[in-house]
Amino acid sequence: MIAKYALRFVSLGYLAVLLVAPIGFVFWQTFEHGVGPAWDTVATPDALHALKVTLILTAIAVPANTIFGVLCALAIVRHRYPGAGIVNAVVDLPLALSPVVVGLALLVLYGRGGWLGGHGIVFALPGMVLATIFVSLPFVVREVVPVLREIGTEQEQVAATLGASAFQTFRRVTWPAIRWATLYGVVLTTARALGEFGAVSVVSGRLAGQTESLTLYVQDRYQSFDNTGAYAAAVLLALLALATLLLMTRLKPNEGVQ
Amino acid sequence: MIAARGIVKRFGDFTALDGVSVDVPTGSLTALLGPSGSGKSTLLRVIAGLEQPDEGKVSLDGEDATRLPPQSRGVGFVFQHYAAFKHMTVWDNVAFGLTIRRRPSREIKQRVTELLELVQLVGLAKRYPAQLSGGQRQRMGLARALAVDPKVLLLDEPFGALDARVRKELRVWLRRLHDETHTTTVIVTHDQEEAMDVADRVVVMNAGRIEQAAPPRELYDHPANEFVMSFVGPVNRLGDTFIRPHDVELLLEPNGSTQEAMVQRLVHLGFEVRVELVRDDGETLSAQLTREQVEALELQGGQIVYVRPTRQTVFSD
Repeated sequence: MIAKYALRFVSLGYLAVLLVAPIGFVFWQTFEHGVGPAWDTVATPDALHALKVTLILTAIAVPANTIFGVLCALAIVRHRYPGAGIVNAVVDLPLALSPVVVGLALLVLYGRGGWLGGHGIVFALPGMVLATIFVSLPFVVREVVPVLREIGTEQEQVAATLGASAFQTFRRVTWPAIRWATLYGVVLTTARALGEFGAVSVVSGRLAGQTESLTLYVQDRYQSFDNTGAYAAAVLLALLALATLLLMTRLKPNEGVQ
Repeated sequence: MIAARGIVKRFGDFTALDGVSVDVPTGSLTALLGPSGSGKSTLLRVIAGLEQPDEGKVSLDGEDATRLPPQSRGVGFVFQHYAAFKHMTVWDNVAFGLTIRRRPSREIKQRVTELLELVQLVGLAKRYPAQLSGGQRQRMGLARALAVDPKVLLLDEPFGALDARVRKELRVWLRRLHDETHTTTVIVTHDQEEAMDVADRVVVMNAGRIEQAAPPRELYDHPANEFVMSFVGPVNRLGDTFIRPHDVELLLEPNGSTQEAMVQRLVHLGFEVRVELVRDDGETLSAQLTREQVEALELQGGQIVYVRPTRQTVFSD
């Protein structure tokens, strides 16, 4: 009995102190003087542009990593070939590497004097897109791989003997089994893309109103002693992430028949 | 007719099939019988096109099918663990092959109704596989395989995941189904009783090779070698001699050709009684008697009896 309450207390306390309190504090700071001032700081051209940049980055990175992620998961689980293990390990690289390292690597490769050095990649939107794709790549793969392993290959083999082509088998048999895992991966990818700071920071050049995403804008405002602006933008980021989570909870099926 | 010729299949260092040739006559029900790892499932998968042989040829009705993908072989396949499409209803599972072939919906409706009647699942058409028992799921798997009118029905340990009673029911039911449809059928099993019960012909496999292919009776009466002898039924082995337990006669008095043995244990199996014996030279053997025989002899544990084989087999090799 005591152990049960102690466990609850510890877990809730941990969440309260480390997660809820800091975020609650940001909300409180933002709306300390009412909604008006907070709204005014978010409605500035630079802030709106930063929001637009973040949404563009997310809108490119998420579909790209979703399609690639599902294909990559199929390649890892369904095909036996030399190097499959390496592919599996390399997918985790973005989780292991610090985003700053990712940013620097992109600079070295695409920056002035880099191997693939060209115009308009580094210190511009394409570089930021590449950085965002890089850091948010593993999530769909990591969600889909275990589900593919679990469902096994027998359903797909039966579909083949019943005359289904590879594409028909994927659409009618494999996809229905992995779609919720994929969706969950999409949510994690979106959250990561929205919140990416380090890698984007290095390759963006941080030009306000041009190559500043919302996370960079938050730091920019904070360093300019515009606390209200920083807090308000931070709250906007948090709301975007929350909306993604809520959307997933709404889309998730009632798992009655599984 | 299915004809496999010189099939070799290796998985890394392991040779699953080591030059297997087998014929399955059209309209027959053939069992591939063997212990696990004998290659029987691999052979079935090679026939289905789910596995490519490293050497050898497979022909279906005289046409070379070795390189044909499973989609174009016209086979129905049933897995031990059902391989049900979990997110589809029973109806949609059975209709799958017809839907893929874009058959008119009237035809699909008629065919699926027929099949659900055949497998006795009419009332459960709207259920999901998770809401069915194992036996029902496997009948659904059979209906799904039969829906596309396969030339050949291939069953991989279809009743292996079911409990003993359901297994026996389905076995009888499968045999009846086959007598109605006459679809050429190959069933893989490690259960000799199941193979003998259901099949016209039994192919006994061991270590990637075929030991013997024969009708059940011939297999039992004239096993080709020790492996088949001991795999298709219980057997006593005394030196080089093999004796079936029902070929052991027990007498209360010695008569010259008998040997003395002591009754260790009586195991009552309903109509039959298994008598476990130990001879004076320490060899153990068992005899299978009817209850009447045991009662007539008034057998009891610890009793001394005299044993005489009425029939025995010695393999020359």
